[in-house]
Amino acid sequence: MTLLTVRDLTVEIGAARPVEGVSFEIAAGETFALVGESGCGKTLTALALLRLLPEAARIESGSIRFAGEELLALSEAEMRKRRGGQLGMIFQEPATSLNPVMTIGAQIAEALALHGGGASEAKAVDLLSAVGIPDPARRAREYPFQLSGGMKQRAMIAMALAGAPQLLIADEPTTALDVTIQAQVLELLARLQEARGMAMLLITHDLGIVAQQAQRVGVMYAGQLVELAPRTAFFSAPSHPYARRLFAALPAAGRRGRLQTLPGSVPSPAQRPDGCRFASRCDVALPVCAHEPPPWREIAPGQQVRCHLEEPRKVGAGGTAQSGAAVPEPPPATALLAVRDLAVHFPIRRGLLQRPVGWVRAVDGIDLELPAGRTLALVGESGCGKTTAGRAILGLQAATRGERLWQGEALKGLAPQRMQMVFQDPFGSLNPRLRVGAIVKEGNPTADVGALLAAVGLEPEMAKRYPHEFSGGQRQRIAIARALAVDPQLLICDEPTSALDVSVQAQILNLLVELQEERGLAYLFITHNLAVVEHLAHQVAVMYLGRIVEQGSVDEVMRTPQHPYTQALLAAVPRIDTSGKADRERLLVPGDPPSPAQPPPGCHFHPRCPRAAARCRAAYPEAVQLSATHGVRCFFPG
Amino acid sequence: MKFVLLWSDFLFFLLVAGGVIFGLWARRVEHQRAAWRKVGQSRVGMAAATVLVLFLAVALLDSVHYRERLPGEGEHYAVEVRSVLDALLTPLRTRPEKTYSAPLATHSFAKENIAGEGRDFPRLKFGGAHLGEALSRHGADIALRCAQGLGLGAVAGLALWLAGLPLRRRAPHLAWDAVFVTLGVFCLIAGPLAMLAQGYHVLGTDKVGQDVLYLTLKSIRTGLLIGTLTTLIMLPAAIFLGILAGYAGGWIDDVIQYLYTTLNSIPGVLLIAAAVLMMQVMIDTHPQWFSTSAERADARLLALCAILGLTSWTGLCRLLRGETLKLRELEYVQAARALGVSSGRILTRHILPNVMHLVIIAIVMDFSGLVLAEAVLSYVGIGVDPNTISFGTMINTARMELAREPMVWWSLTAAFVFMFVLVLAANLFADVVRDAFDPRLAR
Ligand SMILES: Nc1ncnc2c1ncn2[C@@H]1O[C@H](COP(=O)(O)OP(=O)(O)O)[C@@H](O)[C@H]1O
Ligand code: SF4
Ligand code: SF4
Ligand SMILES: [Mg+2]
Repeated sequence: MTLLTVRDLTVEIGAARPVEGVSFEIAAGETFALVGESGCGKTLTALALLRLLPEAARIESGSIRFAGEELLALSEAEMRKRRGGQLGMIFQEPATSLNPVMTIGAQIAEALALHGGGASEAKAVDLLSAVGIPDPARRAREYPFQLSGGMKQRAMIAMALAGAPQLLIADEPTTALDVTIQAQVLELLARLQEARGMAMLLITHDLGIVAQQAQRVGVMYAGQLVELAPRTAFFSAPSHPYARRLFAALPAAGRRGRLQTLPGSVPSPAQRPDGCRFASRCDVALPVCAHEPPPWREIAPGQQVRCHLEEPRKVGAGGTAQSGAAVPEPPPATALLAVRDLAVHFPIRRGLLQRPVGWVRAVDGIDLELPAGRTLALVGESGCGKTTAGRAILGLQAATRGERLWQGEALKGLAPQRMQMVFQDPFGSLNPRLRVGAIVKEGNPTADVGALLAAVGLEPEMAKRYPHEFSGGQRQRIAIARALAVDPQLLICDEPTSALDVSVQAQILNLLVELQEERGLAYLFITHNLAVVEHLAHQVAVMYLGRIVEQGSVDEVMRTPQHPYTQALLAAVPRIDTSGKADRERLLVPGDPPSPAQPPPGCHFHPRCPRAAARCRAAYPEAVQLSATHGVRCFFPG
Repeated sequence: MKFVLLWSDFLFFLLVAGGVIFGLWARRVEHQRAAWRKVGQSRVGMAAATVLVLFLAVALLDSVHYRERLPGEGEHYAVEVRSVLDALLTPLRTRPEKTYSAPLATHSFAKENIAGEGRDFPRLKFGGAHLGEALSRHGADIALRCAQGLGLGAVAGLALWLAGLPLRRRAPHLAWDAVFVTLGVFCLIAGPLAMLAQGYHVLGTDKVGQDVLYLTLKSIRTGLLIGTLTTLIMLPAAIFLGILAGYAGGWIDDVIQYLYTTLNSIPGVLLIAAAVLMMQVMIDTHPQWFSTSAERADARLLALCAILGLTSWTGLCRLLRGETLKLRELEYVQAARALGVSSGRILTRHILPNVMHLVIIAIVMDFSGLVLAEAVLSYVGIGVDPNTISFGTMINTARMELAREPMVWWSLTAAFVFMFVLVLAANLFADVVRDAFDPRLAR
């Protein structure tokens, strides 16, 4: 039975149409996933369904029928009853969606009262326990700031459930969460959905999540839907040229070397082409594509594609992997930089005299060896100390103890000619007041800006422009050029692609691989994205709460992980399985990472470890060397 | 004739020159140009700017000072220091009545014993003198002069509009309409005023018979000086200390924070009163420092600016410290540090240009507050020299006038209206500037 029918939905902001002619259906109990890159109109579509569009935007035309009722014809008062009632919603940022001055229990009770459930503390506590919050009675009396990110998102889900919705709209519900927490929340959503027979509109940019959660998929591009398909069909045979390029751009194991990339970027809502919106980036475009909007075609039962090609699947390069020839392994290298027992402790100051009352052990004694011309990936969840470790290795952050040896010689402070850093936020890493040329010359006034820009794939003429004229990916290229200007041998990359879309991420990863081959650069690649690690790294170090719990070559750590935490991390990543089957058999680690200000005694991982024994609570395990390169700190590896 | 360059004139011209240089620089720097273009596209902004420019023109005319050569042998100069504005307003300045007279009056405001005629309102010496005995023509004369003035104003406005056509063609995206409408309104007001002023005291006269319109026009320079020089004096300290505290951190930050917290916790008026009284004693005990009374009044005006500046840098300093703390952690500053760029260079290349918008917003926002502060301080007697004509001194004397029966209302009203227009224009302009420069409101 169809629960929601959207027909020709068009949203206008001024003269621009960020959502145009979107039509789809969601059946009762079904999960429909809307995927696409940022800015393609997913969020606006969801907000339009709820009639919660921002001030400037309005629904220009279309129809939204929900449970037999036309939502666009309802009065605002009636609509308010539907919202949070039959139509539940959860948003990306749990931190800003909860009222900071009300207890969690009171907020849920309020939602219950609004939707006729009768406000009662007991019911609120029931809901909290239904979303898997431990000790719900106590949590109900706490304020949002006392909850971790994962718990806040659970509380948001509990609030959305208060109205017993028939349709739950979830906009990037796990994007702000760590991968182990994401796995918990996704599992919870799937369980709740099954138990309550809810339908779900899941908005995400992560194809892995789609593969795992959805029954049907809609791909959005530049404000339009371009492909609608059942999950199995979509993952075994993605058909729209855009969808196929998206798959090819995904980094994954067994796909080392170059990723296929999409040239250019999404056209902005203000200047969209007449014909197919993907035409300028499509490698199989026909002459007609430039001026005539493509029609919908049904190419398989339930699978529709908006493309001029008769059989889009058959044309062009292979849909998924470009079976990249593996990067030739560089010869075993000597250590360029060795890090010994590096620690960074931040004081927690309290009181009038600002005396330290404790220490945050952000980095607590790590040993690393960075070989020349190779990539070492430092992996871990947010807050585990990756960034601090990178800054301390660079010398930006003073270390509490430990030393850094550059080819055997101890380093003091910064070594600008040897090591450089590329930062995460492409918008914060360039001074908006300087021209690109001046930015690139920052560390080396005699640098050849044109050559450097060309080396990172930009036009030399761009030196005259200001950063705001560039997209995120281009900015990241400029930041790389700036670092290369001083000709370093080691580049510390702190999550350089995590703020970028998949297709842009692929471009940057390719660039990094190329630069490594050409210049023999060594990378310390800090990331939480395991797929990127498998694609790029030669060696991997896994960090948990300030310490390295496992390190080794990429094959050793990714194929035969020995530490329970590494295993849990790998299991938590939603995988795309081309058969389209979701594997629900996953190892979920419970709970949240503890605070580095009060690490648990003994092995830091023991409160969440399925293998924990008495011994683990007593002492931190020493490193066990499993092979020449593979080391793990666990009493019971395997 | 001998030109006299008072210290405040010098600083004022310096400031204007600085403004011009800043303008030329801002034209070349893209983000500055973009922000100012936004100001230029705003109707309110351009109208307010036009009003401010008119005020500024009056103040500039009033800042070119000279001493007249006395007739006779040798190099002898008059003791009074005059300004170009004084010269332009000679008719207003040189036709004092005996005492109060109402706006446009022909007779004095108070009855007097007139020889042979008993007690009556005496005729004014100058106000309406041209009417002679034909007092019945008073109303018609006023109406005629108004009409002539309006005609003249309309012609002048039209001329300005024509003169402005090339400007419009060169920069068609700016809100020129607002400028020319404002100028037109100004012409239509100034025309009748000018015509009437030739025969009457348009805004009446004060206790010693001085023309109130003249006093108000002279007050403008004082107000503008206080509003701008004070900021100029405090700016270097506020920028330097604020950025230093935010960037260096540690004990430097502690010392600077301690300094401004302490200054801030002393009630401002108390501090200013103490400083002004000290300064007054100093000036009174060293009469040999000043060759004319104008120089003495000028020294006192500058000292007041300095004192106001000393007590008002803390707000901007605190703001800049906070912003620098934030910028310091930004990745482009981190990247510059990683590249081995020196701290001084980071401050000038990365921090300063990115806090400039706060400085500009602070300058324009503080201006109207300072104009008002001058009025308040002069009102309580710790402001400018009593001989300096300012809105504050006018309001101060109005205290007595309001207590009279019947009330003398025109001094206060004139001061109020002029100050209101000035402060309103400044505030509107400040709002537009803030909107254009505040990155949070951008896009
Ligand atoms: N309040 C707004 N004002 C102007 N443009 C907006 C607003 N909200 C979203 N947009 C624009 O609409 C487009 C679609 O945005 P959104 O739905 O948030 O995309 P997604 O969720 O897929 O990342 C983008 O180009 C975005 O810049
Ligand atoms: S319609 Fe043309 S341009 Fe668009 S996706 Fe299909 S082939 Fe490519
Ligand atoms: S030492 Fe014990 S608690 Fe720690 S990871 Fe190994 S098995 Fe788990
Ligand atoms: Mg979004």
